[in-house]
Amino acid sequence: MISKAGLLAGALGLAALVAAAPRAPSAEAANSVAVQIDNFHYTPAMLVVAPGTTVTWKNDDDSPHSVREKDGKFKSAALDTDDTFSQTFAAPGEYDYFCSIHPYMTGKIVVKPAGS
Amino acid sequence: MADRDENEQKGAAQMNRRGLLKCMSWAGTGVLWTVSGGVPRTLGLLGEAHAAEAQASGFTFLQISDSHVGFDKPANPNALGTFQEAIAKVNAMPTPPAFIIHTGDITHLSKDKEFDDADQAMKALKQKVYVIPGEHDVADADNGKAYLDRYGKGTKGKGWYSFDQGGVHLIALINVFNFEPGFKSAGLAKLGDEQLEWMEKDVKGLSASTPIVVFAHLPLWTVYQEWGWGTEDAPRALAYLKRFGSVTVLNGHIHQIQQKVEGNVSFHTARSTAFPQPAPGSAPAPGPMKVPAEELHSVLGVRTVNYVRGKNPLAVVETPLGA
Repeated sequence: MISKAGLLAGALGLAALVAAAPRAPSAEAANSVAVQIDNFHYTPAMLVVAPGTTVTWKNDDDSPHSVREKDGKFKSAALDTDDTFSQTFAAPGEYDYFCSIHPYMTGKIVVKPAGS
Repeated sequence: MADRDENEQKGAAQMNRRGLLKCMSWAGTGVLWTVSGGVPRTLGLLGEAHAAEAQASGFTFLQISDSHVGFDKPANPNALGTFQEAIAKVNAMPTPPAFIIHTGDITHLSKDKEFDDADQAMKALKQKVYVIPGEHDVADADNGKAYLDRYGKGTKGKGWYSFDQGGVHLIALINVFNFEPGFKSAGLAKLGDEQLEWMEKDVKGLSASTPIVVFAHLPLWTVYQEWGWGTEDAPRALAYLKRFGSVTVLNGHIHQIQQKVEGNVSFHTARSTAFPQPAPGSAPAPGPMKVPAEELHSVLGVRTVNYVRGKNPLAVVETPLGA
């Protein structure tokens, strides 16, 4: 069974991958990237972005989820279905995050200048 | 949906293999416990004869769990409504329980409005309600401030406490604040050092014959590691209780009944009053499970515990909302 949400997750995941590719086609694409939350997973689970990029998480599950950096550098409230949370990454580095409601759900944002 | 049926069958088969009670029961009203001679135990579906017997020489208390007030998705478009129904059922019991425990996930999203609605609903109960938070109750951006402002008064640390009732010592543990993110571990719940140290002292002066009831939101045994259904440092808490003749552990979180006995400790998880969840491993992920509307009430429930002094073990009675 392929759900509508699953298809959407696939499509958004693809978009995110394209946007995160080292040779991003345009500044606009590189500045805003989506992470899908579906079926208790962050998609993509790892995302490489340039400094200054805004990452937006959207919850497509019936269950609420959250986005919390492991040391508390950023955190969302509980996101209900269709809720979003955005975070802009200025400083290069690696950011591990998890869902505070389902802590086995994890993801990672790697911020590094394009071409490095 | 064909694959749901298959999942249900698989889940049912797994449960049977493990010798557990029927687990696919729906979200329910609550769980009625009888404490008889110090050992809580389930009586099966609520029998008034049992409850009356307990009332004669001991007391009963009732467990409600996972009301998820604010939840309005297809699995249950009105979680507040089914919570109110459960409460009405409790109030209609011919032998009212002495007190009530709510084992967490009072709300769905930790919102003030949800807490207000839940409080309002619980005001209809005549008994004192002892609450602990689930992870859904501390999911605000302020790490549980909304819950603790409301329910934290008079508790220790981040909301834990204990109390005595009719010779039984009850301990309310909180395992939703110290989650270990699943980067390297399984992402299980944790009680944390501070709480464990408090608990060790809390039970120190008690006689080994004191019946102990421990309640916490997430199971204090690992029901299913892949979904984080367990508590990493629970073995330490249970070690402090080894010398006691009767220990009963009551949990919520997984929205289905699972039980096991290990030595003097019996473990029980309760149904939700809001929606059921799949049996461990029977679906790609946990989460609200939609069942046909006419079946919803049969999988929601409450639990009663009967305590009869100096007679039998604690008895646990499950009551589905639809009964």
